This record gives sequence, structure tokens and C-alpha cells, in this order.
Amino acid sequence: MELIYEKSKPGRRAAVLPRRTVPAATIPSELRRSAPPRLAEVAEPDLVRHFTELSTRNFGIDTGFYPLGSCTMKHNPRANERAVEVPGFRDLHPHQDADAAQGALELMWRLQEILAEVTGLDAVSLQPAAGSQGELTGLLLMRAYFEDRGEHRSEVIIPDTAHGTNPASVTMAGLELVDVATDERGNVALDDLRAKVSEHTAGLMLTNPSTLGLFDEGIVAITDTIHEAGGLCYYDGANLNAVCGISRPGDMGFDVVHINLHKTFSQPHGGGGPGGGPIAVRGFLEPFLPIPAVTRDGDRFDLDAHRPLSIGKVRGFAGPFGVFIRSYAYIRRYGPRLREMSEAAVLNANYLLKHLREAYDVPYDRICMHEFVVSAQSLKRNHGITALDVAKRLMDYGFHPPTIYFPLVVAEALMIEPTETEAKETLDAFVQAMLAIAEEAREQPDQLHEAPRSQPVGRLDEVKAVREPVLRYLFEGHPRRE
Amino acid sequence: MSRGESYPDDLRYNRDHDWARLAGDEAVLGITWHAQDALGEVVHYEPPTVGGRVVAGESYGEVESVKAVSDLIAPLSGVVLAVNSEVMNAPETINADPYGAGWLIRIALSDPAEVGSLLDAAAYRSFLAEQ
Repeated sequence: MELIYEKSKPGRRAAVLPRRTVPAATIPSELRRSAPPRLAEVAEPDLVRHFTELSTRNFGIDTGFYPLGSCTMKHNPRANERAVEVPGFRDLHPHQDADAAQGALELMWRLQEILAEVTGLDAVSLQPAAGSQGELTGLLLMRAYFEDRGEHRSEVIIPDTAHGTNPASVTMAGLELVDVATDERGNVALDDLRAKVSEHTAGLMLTNPSTLGLFDEGIVAITDTIHEAGGLCYYDGANLNAVCGISRPGDMGFDVVHINLHKTFSQPHGGGGPGGGPIAVRGFLEPFLPIPAVTRDGDRFDLDAHRPLSIGKVRGFAGPFGVFIRSYAYIRRYGPRLREMSEAAVLNANYLLKHLREAYDVPYDRICMHEFVVSAQSLKRNHGITALDVAKRLMDYGFHPPTIYFPLVVAEALMIEPTETEAKETLDAFVQAMLAIAEEAREQPDQLHEAPRSQPVGRLDEVKAVREPVLRYLFEGHPRRE
Repeated sequence: MSRGESYPDDLRYNRDHDWARLAGDEAVLGITWHAQDALGEVVHYEPPTVGGRVVAGESYGEVESVKAVSDLIAPLSGVVLAVNSEVMNAPETINADPYGAGWLIRIALSDPAEVGSLLDAAAYRSFLAEQ
């Protein structure tokens, strides 16, 4: 399809600006452009058709099954949107006095209470904008805590299955990385962990269940090992969808947890946000949480900025409020049955795993949690078909591909997370597609290398995209058509 | 074995899929056919600085493919004498010729006895077969 710039005709407009009734501002000549910006010039019908057509090229959870591992692409209930549109929430201004925002503050306070209960911890800050910022906030809290105690601890231990954000957050927080290996059952290798802890250990960052979709069988021994060395335990809540109402990070021994509201508690995501990454902590870390804190005094709710030990603000105002409303609405609709959400997510994942093992390698042969990793290693060895080929071919069957080549400890990895909101028929159709692709790999491997064939664009040249990136429209190559 | 797969007998290997070609008290380092195959097409090579130290078992640089960024794990310790600037300009050389033009650095060995802990080609092939 043509780009909007290619549809441009000089003089066409989709809107007419009102006549100016005030004097024009004087802009210093050095700040003025020498020529007007080259904006696309189109009439409204063309504008509407252009963007409507673009929207039909999109794939989202509203158009199909989206089993992107570790991303928890679940259905976003429309009731959430009704809650967001309540005028008292929708029309609120972030500078409004607490007196005039009692309902909003109460919702935030209640959400904090729920998240403290779900994580098994004492205090919550809703402020971080996403999981990655939750990680950084959590690590800055750990740093502030040790500085306050006069301890010099700089090392954070991270397993080789960790999300890439974990080592990035450690580096951004000015701390040092120490790797710990994974054992043959997919757990953290305890011997290696015991060899890595020392008086320099600030803590551990762990996702449980891990990115392999496995609940660590030695979880208490792991957190005990860190605590005995004087460190703190950070729980990456990316996979919290597996355990809500069943087991709690606080009970596993974790001191700091971030929660991906947009994943576990439903908020449209995948296009860049807005996300929500609240953190929950043990009581002894509460004084270091970001300001302002949402507090309750009887029937009165407030924003409290008086926390002398706080690490400060990590985001503007009180956090991504729209996300809070949707997550609160989502959780309240489950109520005390929240564990059914996680149970169904785990059941769906195990149902898929059981059927896919016929045709794909299973590197860690265990009951999985809400997601699992299979490998295309045998397909590659026997037929030259890689995880990338399988993923691209799935698009021809109408499914979004799973996460591939992650975690790095599994060769030719395909990481699949169905979530709880998919019906058995959808899961069965996905199984049929995956088995059909494995069959195609044996019978007609060359066709798989060309997939996808039914999509607006075919196989993209990822190597060229990295080596010769074109990041903007090249006006130089497209002279203005008069 | 897949097409093009080879593990020359004159090299020594570590379990992180790096090789060393010994010449007196120097060694040339690179990554194995298996490593470049697992990575896929390499799009960037981040070398160490000439004159810097590399330590056996620790990272001395990075290679990046469209799939992942991977640490280069030094099989031997020493001081960097040279880095392969041609690979910096054309990282795909690592895929095309991992044992020849795709070499990564040359070092002066600081502890030649470390060679004893490396695998020969037969042992590395058995190690790969177990993976």
C-alpha cells in the first residue's frame, strides 16, 4: 500500500484552520524554518481510508490468538473501559486537590491493599510506569536500604534464564551482575548460587515461575541462601499470572516484587503502553518507597510526600491512573476467586504442552506453569527448519507467533503462553497448526523457508534491517510532486 | 553433521564454544562453527581494546546476531595484541569463515599451562553431541 506521503497532493486539506483573530507572534529569525515542513497533504476521505486500511493490517488480541511467551496477552474485558469512562475518573486533573479526588485516591489505596495481599508483602507503591521501571525502582530501594545501614554491597545475582531487563536494570542502578546457572531440571543451580554469594551480595533477582515456565523447586532454599549472606530477594513479577491466589512471593521469601498490571491484571498492551509496574515491599523497605504515597486516615485518603528516606519520584504525578482503574475493575470482578484465573492459565498451558510434545522437543520435562518452552532443535537437525521458520509459518495459519530464541539456555526455543482467556477450540486449532507445521517440515521444508506467504509482507530481511536501518521517510529519494 | 560443520584438529576449545589456535606464546581466538550456527547471522562484533587483559573463563567482547547478544568467553588468559578490524567492518565473516578470516583477537599468553584445561577437537565434538 502507498504511504501517506505518496498519496499527498499539493493544496489538499482535511481541515481548515480558524481565521486568526490575534496578532501573530514574532519568532526570532534564527529559530524560524527556512521552508515549511513537508507534511502529507490529503483530503479527509483519503486520510480516513488510509488509516483505516492500516488498522486492518494490524494483529492484536482482539483479532486472534496471541501466545507470546512471558507477555501475557490476555483478553481485556470491556467492563474495564466502562470503569475508566466514569466522569469522576475520566475528567480528573492530576493537580486536583486531594479533597476533590477522594474516589480516585480510595481506588489507588484499595488497589495497593489488594496487591499487598496477592504478593504477601506489606507496602506498595503504584508509581512505576512498567515492569522495567519497577525493577529499577526496586533495585534503587535495595541500594538506599544498604546505604542507610552503612553496608557496601554491590553485586546482584541473576540466573541465565532471566528476562533481559534484569541485567539492564542492575547496570542502570549502578550495581554489578553475577550470573548463576540453571540445573538440569530447570531450577536455579543451588551449588552455583552458594558459591556466588558473599559479603558483596546486595541481592538476587528471580522470576518464579521462570521464563522456562517452571516453578523453582528450591525456592525457599534460594531465598534463604541470599538472606543468610545478608542480601535481599527481588521477585520479577512478569510471570505472576501463574500463581495469583495460589502462592505468594512474600511467602517464598522475596522482599521486593514488581507487578506488571498490564499483563496480569489486563490492560491493552503490546503497542508501547501505557503499562503499570507497581512494587510491593516488606515493611522495613517502606520508608524508601517513591513519593507521594497514597495514605488512609479513617475515611480520608491523601497523597503523602513526607518520606525523608524516599528514593524520590520515579514518574510524574501519582502513576498511570487509567491502568489502576482497569486493573482494579479486573481484580474485583474475580473477587475471592482470583486463583481461578491462574489455575485456568496453568491448565491451558499444560494442555498445549501435552499435545505439542508429539512434534517438538521438550527441554525440561516437567509439569509447566502458565507458559512453557519447546524447542525446534530436532526439526532443525533433521529438516533444516528453525524456530524462526515455525514462527513465520504460524502467521499463515492466523496465529501470532510465540516468543522465539528466548530463554537463551534453550536452543531453537519457542516460548508459548496461552493465558486463561482462550477457549479449548482456540487451543485445539493452535495445536493443529503446530503439528501441521512439523509435518510440513518433514514433507516440504523449502516452503517453510518462504513463510509467511499470506501476509501483507513476506519474510523480512532481519539482517539487512540491522545493518542498514532506515528509520525515517527518505524525502531525498521522493522529491515533492507538483 | 550439518553442511559446512567442522572442528579443526589443530585448535583447542572451551565449553563456551570458543577456539584457540596456539603459536608459541601467542594464541588466536575465535568462535566455533557451532557457535556461529546457533547465533545465526552476526551483525556486530564488539572487540576488546588492544593492550587490555583477557582472563580465561571471562568475557572479552560481544557478538550480536538478530537473535541475541552473546559474550565471547576467553579460553586462555593474556594481553590483547591485535583485534580483527575486518570482522568489525564485516561481521558476517564470522559466519562465512569462523576459523580463518573470522578470527577475533590475538593474545600474548600469560599462563600457557591453561592450555591443559581445554578440549581437543575430538573431546569438543563429544561435548557437542551431549548437548
